[in-house]
Amino acid sequence: MLIDRRDRRPILLANARIMDPSRDLDFPGDILITDGVIREAKRGIGAAGVPEGTEVVECRGHIVAPGLIDMRAFIGEPGEEGRESIASASQAAAAGGVTTIICQPETAPTIDDPTIVDFIQRRARDTGIVHVHAMAALTKGLKGEEMTEIGLLKAAGAVAFTDGMKSVTNAQVMRRALIYARDFDVLIVHHTEDPDLTGEGVMNEGEFASRLGLIGVPKIAETIMLERDMRLVALTEGRYHAASVTCPESLEVLRRAKDAGLHVTASASINHLALNEIDVGHYRTFFKMSPPLRNEDDRKALVAAVEEGLIDVVMSDHNPQDVEVKRLPFAEAAPGAIGIETMLPAGLRLVHNGELKLMTLLKALSSRPAELLGLPGGGLRPGAPADLVVIDPDVPWVLDRDELKSKCRNTPFDEARMQGRAVRTIVGGRTVYEYV
Amino acid sequence: MNIAHKSSFVLSSRHLLGIEGLSRDDIVGLLDLAGEFVELNRQIEKKTASLRGRTLINMFFEASTRTQASFELAGKRLGADVMNMSVSSSSIRKGETLIDTAVTLNAMHPDLIVMRHHASGAVELLSQKVDCSVINAGDGQHEHPTQALLDALTIRRRKGEIENLTIAICGDILHSRVARSNIILLNTLGARVRVVAPSTLLPAGIERFGVEVTRDMREGLAGADIVMMLRLQRERMNGSFVPSTQEYFAYFGLDQKKLAYAKPDALVMHPGPMNRGVEIDSIVADGAQSLIREQVEMGVAVRMAVLEALSRNLPNA
Repeated sequence: MLIDRRDRRPILLANARIMDPSRDLDFPGDILITDGVIREAKRGIGAAGVPEGTEVVECRGHIVAPGLIDMRAFIGEPGEEGRESIASASQAAAAGGVTTIICQPETAPTIDDPTIVDFIQRRARDTGIVHVHAMAALTKGLKGEEMTEIGLLKAAGAVAFTDGMKSVTNAQVMRRALIYARDFDVLIVHHTEDPDLTGEGVMNEGEFASRLGLIGVPKIAETIMLERDMRLVALTEGRYHAASVTCPESLEVLRRAKDAGLHVTASASINHLALNEIDVGHYRTFFKMSPPLRNEDDRKALVAAVEEGLIDVVMSDHNPQDVEVKRLPFAEAAPGAIGIETMLPAGLRLVHNGELKLMTLLKALSSRPAELLGLPGGGLRPGAPADLVVIDPDVPWVLDRDELKSKCRNTPFDEARMQGRAVRTIVGGRTVYEYV
Repeated sequence: MNIAHKSSFVLSSRHLLGIEGLSRDDIVGLLDLAGEFVELNRQIEKKTASLRGRTLINMFFEASTRTQASFELAGKRLGADVMNMSVSSSSIRKGETLIDTAVTLNAMHPDLIVMRHHASGAVELLSQKVDCSVINAGDGQHEHPTQALLDALTIRRRKGEIENLTIAICGDILHSRVARSNIILLNTLGARVRVVAPSTLLPAGIERFGVEVTRDMREGLAGADIVMMLRLQRERMNGSFVPSTQEYFAYFGLDQKKLAYAKPDALVMHPGPMNRGVEIDSIVADGAQSLIREQVEMGVAVRMAVLEALSRNLPNA
């Protein structure tokens, strides 16, 4: 449906189940939004106590939670708008209950210059319907050699620093970047993968890859780099976030670092939480990811780590790829899956399966990323920006990839039976998406 | 002078993409049919007309002499029109994708496509986009089903039954589609399969393939009825997976001394092409226990059987 973007009437979300993961609150009540801000969130505001002209939305007990913050999404703007533009990504985000996208610097040109950060902010303002923030490159051109203008990029609005899908293999470069970034209290997000150990690997190393005749990516390629980084973090006292951990061996490294009091946090992608290597089946390239989908034991360990809080953030790893680069033999196909629109329903699956508590999921999808990135969202306190999602946790539906808003169709959840989804998404006090 | 086929075996699937998925009856049916073609191929008049009017396209994205020649001969002896396409003359060089090529070829109404490709799964991908039958002539490191079938036929003709034979597969298991297809086939027929290789050339999870794994030729060959050697690619010889050809030959090359660990009547096989002096000594390769030339002969018969069995499934057949 068409939504008038100028409509800034007050909104009352009535009879909701209010879940605020930033304060561990879960109670029935109403939320009043005026001027783009949460005015009140409490029991029994009722239609009588609201300003004239307020739009009253009857929530019928559905959940109202902070809008989701997707900490890792690859968008093609600037440079590859055919894959995904800020506009199309933000439409997909809104339909998935995501009110803030953190885009990755792997664009053309790379986000390694303050003017590009500025460009993204302006494009987001002019063409997007949700908030978009950029993570800037940690090294110039993502080459892993020279650090970027961390101070100026931060001042321009970069929320964190990362080399995206690349690892900084030179330990000296990483060490200096961590030390320098500390002076600006900047978060460094790192994809942990030793490229030599990965080699030509294309899926999880193990029996299944061997049977398919595909070269495996060993878990140690991830863990050894994470282990190195923990040493560097201990040395430099920088703030560090592991971009995508996938296996128990990495969780163990993470646990030791956290126990030692290092400023270390981590994300897991929704793909690694909801899928495993068996989903690859007979060379299904939509399930080719980097890092690769691991086995079922790894997946379970990862979900348990989210529940425990060892993994802080769940992100989509949204990565739109055209059919031309997916309809190829497995080894030659591009890795990556879209996910920004399906992250919440896929996460709700874990909740319905009893693997994850709903509050934990919401925390990993909203309040934790907000804390790590210093963003104002992620909670429902009066005075907070009105970035919200209304979730019907039970509505059954079947995912049809042709109905997704992304420009690409590479979803691993095509034809999946889902239970629950975002039914209304509100950004800055305006409804930007409604499920009908 | 055509011989009448006793076997009326029909393969239950449209394509032959791998040994995986074939039943014991499928395998035995193909081997029985192939056995009949062996006799035909030894006559002066070698042609039949069962594929007359059919078009067979040989698509080889990877260089091959014997497999391509073997399929070409098999197709021609069955009366089919055979077209060979190799990568040097194909439009893949011009950037066309595999699927575009498949769609283009499909429009020419071939009845059978034989394909070899350097990527695992590529043949299966092609099979999803065409209307004809597709035969895997080797895809990456995945499968090479006709090689496993011809190996089985060769063994069966010399040893009678395959069941309960001890078969040692030696060398570069990691990169070998021949090893994968053979392990599955020989296990299905009830053989006892061993793999012998340095640890760098064993795939992850190999112990779960239903094989005994050893790094020692003496142990691996002890009591073996069949010693199957694999080719070691040149680019893997010099320090990347093994230190040198000399060291590899010393520990894993099949010479008379190592062959003596096996049963006295053990037979030696190699899918070819051989690296003499790397994985196998010339004296053994050309010796009395070697089945290597016989394998090539069986190759044509097995491919005729596969083409015949698949064509019986084709429309209007």
